[in-house]
Amino acid sequence: MRYLPSLPGGKWAEGAYRWAAIACAVSVLAFAAALFFELVRNSMPSITRFGIGFITSQQWNPVSEEFGAASSIFGTLVSTGIALVIAIPLSLVTALFLVELAPPTLSRVAGGAVELLAAIPSIIYGMWGLFVFAPFMAGHVQPYLMDAYPDFPLFAGAPMGIGMLTAGIILALMVLPFITSVTRDVFRLVPPVLKESAYGLGSTTWEVTHKVTVRYGIRGVVGACFLGLGRAIGETMAVTFVIGNEHRISASLFDAGNSIASTLANEFSEASEPMYLSSLVELGLVLLVITVVIQSAAHLWLMRMQRSSGSRS
Amino acid sequence: MSDILARMVLVATVVAMSFSSAFAGSDIITGAGATFPYPVYSQWAYKYGEIKGVKLNYQSIGSGGGIAQIKARTVDFGASDAPMEPRELDELGMLQFPMVMGGVVPVVKIKGVASGSLKLTPELLAGIFMGKVKKWNDPAIAKVNPGLALPNQAITVVHRADGSGTTWIFTSYLAAVSPGWKKSVGAGKAVAWPAGVGGKGNEGVSAYVERVNGSIGYVEYAYALQNKMDHALLKNRAGSFVAPSIKSFQAAAEGADWKNAKGFYMELVDQPGKDTWPITGASFILMYKDQKDAAHSKAVLSFFDWCFNHGAEMAEKLDYVPMPASVVKLVQAKWKADMKAGGKPVWK
Repeated sequence: MRYLPSLPGGKWAEGAYRWAAIACAVSVLAFAAALFFELVRNSMPSITRFGIGFITSQQWNPVSEEFGAASSIFGTLVSTGIALVIAIPLSLVTALFLVELAPPTLSRVAGGAVELLAAIPSIIYGMWGLFVFAPFMAGHVQPYLMDAYPDFPLFAGAPMGIGMLTAGIILALMVLPFITSVTRDVFRLVPPVLKESAYGLGSTTWEVTHKVTVRYGIRGVVGACFLGLGRAIGETMAVTFVIGNEHRISASLFDAGNSIASTLANEFSEASEPMYLSSLVELGLVLLVITVVIQSAAHLWLMRMQRSSGSRS
Repeated sequence: MSDILARMVLVATVVAMSFSSAFAGSDIITGAGATFPYPVYSQWAYKYGEIKGVKLNYQSIGSGGGIAQIKARTVDFGASDAPMEPRELDELGMLQFPMVMGGVVPVVKIKGVASGSLKLTPELLAGIFMGKVKKWNDPAIAKVNPGLALPNQAITVVHRADGSGTTWIFTSYLAAVSPGWKKSVGAGKAVAWPAGVGGKGNEGVSAYVERVNGSIGYVEYAYALQNKMDHALLKNRAGSFVAPSIKSFQAAAEGADWKNAKGFYMELVDQPGKDTWPITGASFILMYKDQKDAAHSKAVLSFFDWCFNHGAEMAEKLDYVPMPASVVKLVQAKWKADMKAGGKPVWK
């Protein structure tokens, strides 16, 4: 600092910087609060009319103006769940391979490819899902699963290619690069001296990986998973293309469903009746609340984990 | 360098300003709404602009959006595929009139069944869309289609996932022909579908129908034609099986009783006539009755007048059905009677 020439009006700049920074930080909070307020205000007609029934009812009938969000909430949670069940193990192992096992050149190339996946717009995933992946599911995956497990309720119905499972797999592909690149960076941050001492004590690569690298980076890994979850839960276009867009809760993974985001994308532009619009806004509010709850839970969990690991060492 | 840049910006600004001042005034007509008539509206606008030098800016944001925009008076006219009820028109102080007509067509994809060979009755169509008729070799379908080899294949119903005027026309038809449908589902731009999967837009529905074997959906006629989709034949009110075509749509339009339709509220479905295609609908224009600027609102009406008088051929080329002259007369009488600026009629 003292090597820099002091500028004239340095004091003034200091104050301006300080207040500009505060204003920017506060404006983020203000935007969030205004968004929440506006959502609540516009969903008031729907909240007062349907009450808690909005969350529990499966009925979504624009003709009789009976609206319930249960199928959309169910679809959002199930498609996100499928996506994470597939994406988390896959991206963890990929990240470990890139950091621990792959030769540097391969690691760079493969790492670049993973980041490229993250840059593909979601509409491309959606179109690819509808035109390429769904026919593949209909032609090869779904009939095979139905033949192998004829009475299994998860694989019931017609093999249409689109539906909950397809949406989940597409979502998995979309969040995979996010989780992979963050966990890779986390694993890279593990101090080499820790790994080297473990090797020095005669540990195998596997032991170093799961006892040192993963354990050291677990906080970051959990953070990465929540980043992926955040992206999956609000994803709109790709899901709208392949989920089937039905307001229905079905046990079968092959059946069509919907998510909150896909319902909004489909129905907002043509909804002219006030109660219909208000219900769609409330649907957005529900999505916001779900996201906030999940984020808070993740935060709490991370804090507890930090405390318990702190007491152990 | 920066000097040159600054001068260029200055010149560009001056040019842009003179352009905008040339078009300011009453020469830009703005409209928003239905996507279904967008191709024909933009074709008309292009030709009209060439001939009269009047620009039309039409945004096809959907009927719901169009209604919202005209309510907010941000556009000169709104366009909707579903007519507004007379009661609501009166409340808002608007008038509506039909601009162009079209048909909605059931499209199918069944391996081994050629386009136009599957016959459906209204009862069957309603049964299929209610999820009651589940297989293509159902005895009820076989009975209407003797000699057609129907596979033992599950039926997948495909409908619009987004709210749409096409859905309004299609569900109005099902409600008109099937009491069961009317009672349990009803008609609307979006309904609670008892069965099937939903695609976004005509293109979403056609993508699903093309890709799922054993599927049936509904799209606008022009869309089915351009994408060479397999259509089904429908039994009309007179009892004959008809194929969708401009001719069979026109037959439906001729039978319609526009004269007694209050506020031009008209469901053009299940119309009488031997050659009538039963699922047709009109696309409507919405405008306020009391206009602020007499000259500007006259310019808007002049555009519609030109479309009615000179746009028929263009509409037919794009697979739409133009309004018959008798209906145009009714529409213009309505303009004369109801649309006013400062208490004086706009259209004489």
